[in-house]
Amino acid sequence: MRLLTHNMLSSNIKGVTNGFPLKIEAEKVVEKEVDMNTDFLKNIFSKIEWKPFVEAAKTLGFSELPEDADSSLLDSHEFLTKFHHALLEIHLEEGALVCPETERKFPVSKGIPNMLLHEDEV
Amino acid sequence: MWYMCVFFHRLLDYRKPEVEALAQLFGAFADDNNGDSHSVQWKLPDNFHPDNPFHFVNIPSEDIARDIAKRSILVKGMYEIWGEGTSYEQLEEAVNAYPEERKLPYLTSENTFKINIDSFGKTFTTQEQKELLKRLAFIPFKGRVNLRNPDHNFWFIEIDKYEANNGLPPIVEKRIFFGREVGAADRKLLPTYQLKSRVYIGPTAMDAEMAFLMANQGLAAPGKLVYDPFVGTGSVLVAAAHFGALTMGADIDIRVVRDGRGPDRNVWSNFKQYGLQEPISLLRADNNLPPWRAGLKEVFDAIICDPPYGVRAGGRKSGGRKLLKGVVGPYTVPDDKREGHIPSTAAYSLVECVHDLLDLAAKMLVMGGRLVYFYPVLREEDSPDPTFPEHPCFKLVAVSEQILSFRYSRVLLTMVKVATYTEEIAESARVMHLDFKANHLKWLEEGNLHSAVFAPNKEGENVDLRFSKDSKPKYRGKYV
Repeated sequence: MRLLTHNMLSSNIKGVTNGFPLKIEAEKVVEKEVDMNTDFLKNIFSKIEWKPFVEAAKTLGFSELPEDADSSLLDSHEFLTKFHHALLEIHLEEGALVCPETERKFPVSKGIPNMLLHEDEV
Repeated sequence: MWYMCVFFHRLLDYRKPEVEALAQLFGAFADDNNGDSHSVQWKLPDNFHPDNPFHFVNIPSEDIARDIAKRSILVKGMYEIWGEGTSYEQLEEAVNAYPEERKLPYLTSENTFKINIDSFGKTFTTQEQKELLKRLAFIPFKGRVNLRNPDHNFWFIEIDKYEANNGLPPIVEKRIFFGREVGAADRKLLPTYQLKSRVYIGPTAMDAEMAFLMANQGLAAPGKLVYDPFVGTGSVLVAAAHFGALTMGADIDIRVVRDGRGPDRNVWSNFKQYGLQEPISLLRADNNLPPWRAGLKEVFDAIICDPPYGVRAGGRKSGGRKLLKGVVGPYTVPDDKREGHIPSTAAYSLVECVHDLLDLAAKMLVMGGRLVYFYPVLREEDSPDPTFPEHPCFKLVAVSEQILSFRYSRVLLTMVKVATYTEEIAESARVMHLDFKANHLKWLEEGNLHSAVFAPNKEGENVDLRFSKDSKPKYRGKYV
């Protein structure tokens, strides 16, 4: 699971009002190379919730992102490289995503988060 | 400028929409970007039947025409026609009358060339081909012939009357064309990606040709993000990734999406096999209860999928069957069994599935983004033309039918997002959907489509229905 995905997901258990951001419990983190596409980065930047993104990157051991970011940074190649790396190349292979309200764990195994709810959670 | 667009004689309904989608992708309509009021002009050669493979298309530049031909699956080639006629004499006259400045740059001594002979509905013997080439001596070629890798390819194409009932569209009179090739298709693509050599496939894996057509309708390209909510073995996303798009997929069946058939036979390995960028994200999620955070919108450039419509594979959603049918009271998972619990799922009818898909797409697609999906249609003798789901955020731009059996077809729908998603729109879409459901969707309720497709023939009914029941003319291309 890449951090782009993490930034899009929330706990959608019935009754949970604020299921975002999911906390990350990391057991195995791998890096997978992805070709950088600056147009994609520029388009997706405005859709990212920045603070949770920075926190999530730190949890996975990458702390080179600025605490605050606005679109003026998108002209900096250095920033784009870091943004690209954190967004698309850091990959949670094994671990869990934890609902911030209920502590319900959504397991991540073989890189795939299991977001399906139990019968009594829908 | 008008070019002759020659198609492969396959999937007739998919041909023009593909060219139109690619024209949009390669910037033929540079003015505005919302997918609205864009159409490509087409015209037929004199006396030609619309189902034949020869069409004229108006494309703003040769570069765009070349790009379309190269990327298209169903276009055999795009040609600048230098002359046409019903006889060789007429052809010669027409080619001679074609402006010199359009011809001479391609005929100089620095250029190598090749003349190809093509026909439709007839074949030429080697001897006849030689005769034809001699007839073209009136064109002042100064360059050298290069049969393997010429700078310019020229085509002599003859379409002639043939025996009736050979499964091809009727031809009224002989017609001959001569022209210069502007672009031609890449024929290596389909053999490379054919399903029989793919490591991991399932019973509903999308065949490579159709997956590429879907990716083209979705305008997959580098820098774009394509999502498939029913990803399965990833066959649709493989095509999108081939065109350079980043991909994301979700499926409710964890065995399919995570485990596959072992460490090197799963969705990831399907991308490695072709050296493609693997999906940015695969997840197990329910299309009925998508796990996206509140406020997330306009992230995908295209949603391309083949929803489960219950003929070969049925849809599932969260929530146990017993719970939904009210057989027992609400089921609670005991605390000590929560970890590793496998939730039961309930049947997910296509009518609900399509509603969720449109709602998801309305919210999650960027403006001008495309929703491309298959929708099943029962082919009954007396049924009126099918109506398709609508949504206030979307404009339907292409409808292409593929006949699967004499009982049902699937229709590839391409919808472009033309309005921003709001709560009011979501509500009016729900009303629209309920109306649609009440009027048109009887067969889309759980199980109905399946039983209609697989029902045995009624007693006394003619068994060979394909020929007796269908009054509309059908050509080979309509069935493949």
